[in-house]
Amino acid sequence: MNELRTILSDVVTRLFTDLVTKELLEAAEKGEWPDGLWQAVEENGLTLPLVSEAKGGAGGTWGDAFVVTRAAGHHAVPLPLAETIVASWLLSESGLDVPSGPLTVAPVHREDTLRLARAGGGWRLSGTAARVPWGAAAGHVVVVAEAEGRTMVALAARGAGEITPDRNLAREPRDTLAFDAAPIVTAAPAGPRVPANAVWLYGALARSAQMAGGLDYLVRQASQYATERRQFGKPIGSFQVIQQNLAVLAGHTAAAGTAAANAFRAADRGDAAFEIAVAKVRVGEAAGIGASIAHQTHGAIGFTYEHALQFVTRRLWSWRAEFGGEGVWAVELGRSVAERGADALWPHLTAR
Amino acid sequence: MQTFRFELGELPPDAEALRAEVREFLRRELGDAAPVRRAHSWGGFDREFSRKMGARGWIAMTWPKRYGGHERSALERYVVLEEMLAAGAPVSAHWIADRQSGPLLLRFGTEAQRQKFLPAIARGELAFAIGMSEPDSGSDLASLRTRAERVAGGYRVNGTKVWTSNAHLADYMIATFRTHHDPAKKHEGLTQFLVDTKLQGITMSPIIDLAGAHHFNMVVFEDAFVPEDMRVGEEGAGWKQVTTELAFERSGPERYLSSFALLLELIREVGKDPGERAAGTVGRLVAQLATLRQMSLSVALMLEAGESPNLEAAVVKDVGTTFEQEIPEVVHALLGVEPTIDSGSDLQQVLGFLMQRAPSFSLRGGTREILRGIIARGLGLR
Repeated sequence: MNELRTILSDVVTRLFTDLVTKELLEAAEKGEWPDGLWQAVEENGLTLPLVSEAKGGAGGTWGDAFVVTRAAGHHAVPLPLAETIVASWLLSESGLDVPSGPLTVAPVHREDTLRLARAGGGWRLSGTAARVPWGAAAGHVVVVAEAEGRTMVALAARGAGEITPDRNLAREPRDTLAFDAAPIVTAAPAGPRVPANAVWLYGALARSAQMAGGLDYLVRQASQYATERRQFGKPIGSFQVIQQNLAVLAGHTAAAGTAAANAFRAADRGDAAFEIAVAKVRVGEAAGIGASIAHQTHGAIGFTYEHALQFVTRRLWSWRAEFGGEGVWAVELGRSVAERGADALWPHLTAR
Repeated sequence: MQTFRFELGELPPDAEALRAEVREFLRRELGDAAPVRRAHSWGGFDREFSRKMGARGWIAMTWPKRYGGHERSALERYVVLEEMLAAGAPVSAHWIADRQSGPLLLRFGTEAQRQKFLPAIARGELAFAIGMSEPDSGSDLASLRTRAERVAGGYRVNGTKVWTSNAHLADYMIATFRTHHDPAKKHEGLTQFLVDTKLQGITMSPIIDLAGAHHFNMVVFEDAFVPEDMRVGEEGAGWKQVTTELAFERSGPERYLSSFALLLELIREVGKDPGERAAGTVGRLVAQLATLRQMSLSVALMLEAGESPNLEAAVVKDVGTTFEQEIPEVVHALLGVEPTIDSGSDLQQVLGFLMQRAPSFSLRGGTREILRGIIARGLGLR
């Protein structure tokens, strides 16, 4: 990690450790918008790592975005931070200005399509996007839409569409947005690095990093618990079966962190579709196994709302399914590998 | 709790030119070798192939030139190793010497030992075996009992080593013997030696593996005389040397590529346009493979930077061997074809070979349980 990134990592870790308390998480789960936390995150310049400094961002890389997103997952940050990072990148890649405040992206389901149609001098947005993260709380939604046979990126203000609120297992808002010839703020043809499936792709990328961060938390928390909790007269971590389980958790966590980091690195290079698929598959698998081991280690206390473990495990169970579960991505990845053929696998792997 | 670090890094730009050179060499040397031959991976023993590798400068790549090495980077060496394994080249005749015995001598050997052995290893002319396990000492390595007693000019050795891979083919063995016995301090009193496999007083007998193959041996020492100048390192320093030696290569590509040949046959079998279930199976395996390669490379980069990523290396071996062990199971679950020995398709033969080989993946070089114990120590649990 270079020096700047180490500093960034220290900043986000300190900020989240101080501010993302159990009380804040509980309030957020009751529907309260953690405005103070958002202000702090924005003031520290963490929301727009991929937007140029001239446009008000940090002028950084996907590698920087990884540090922020992973830490957000580690601390179960109840904000659309990952979404804002992806949304602002979509805007700035397409030459559009980035508004301040929280952003989200749509559509997040592969089968949902939004369309832009010309109306007078501008564009109108139509279609339904199911389960948009923080669809109601975000100030703006950044949409990748079809328009006259091409892909466009559009910015719609909160309230442009009809909102049906819902939530995921972690009580994070997942609101369905229905647009019916809705007015938008601005739109532009998608930038050259923004494919038609960009939301799906980079959403999966962001979730991979969040899950990798969540797994980091599980290893730390479960190891600590195992040294503190005593049964049969000694810490449960001194039993080999607990040690072996936690070693498995550590292995999956290491794999998840590596797969996610590698996908962010590929995003900095350009075409990251292969690495993102690899990451969503590998991290998603680790998330399920990891959550299971962490809970088994904690026993009954970890199964209570009282204990903080569940803030992360419930997120892992939702995040692994969002922007495509590992099964979906494995099929996509497997098809691309099969199409290139067996003899191309190794050259392909080593060329990336 | 220690932090596990898997920083990504880049291979140096000249590594790709080297990779192309290695591929061209392998294409000519291996030709149309059958997939089941390639599936032997680092089990294939071929002295002529090893000599050609030596002539190319692909053994002892990182060692000093004065010992016949080539002073190239650990990352260039990594490229050569992973290309060899991905192609299923028969590297066994130089593998152990290049990976463990040579580096051990470089670090702990005398100048005379280095001069005598390292250049020959670098030429691919000396094959080594490792004499560690004994009938009553497997994972509990510190309990080993084979005695080396001081006599005039050297040591007299009595005892038995088992599971000594390729001892019947190797020229030398790096063996660990007990030179001092104190039941309270079993980690002390161990010493390593260079043992000529043709020595008088050594009797070898094959131990046939479950597939009927001979690579293991039982090596019995009866008053075998090992000269003083064949001791490696100080008397009693064996435990530290052995653990260093084992850590040299826990994380190399051989810890996740052992079943690569079967993954290739699976991809051939499912064809260009697989159904959802087959595509998902391939995709999941490729995701594991691609991730393991980055983890393994990450450790190589740390080693190159002079760090000691022992925990990370144990993680790579645990996750990697779990993966290579899983492939035959996954292929069986998807295709349900019968594994075969001497008939059937390439896929069936590779499946048959690897299914019988797979149990060893999480035993050799430290069992899964031992590795997980090392990882648990890193987590602060012991």
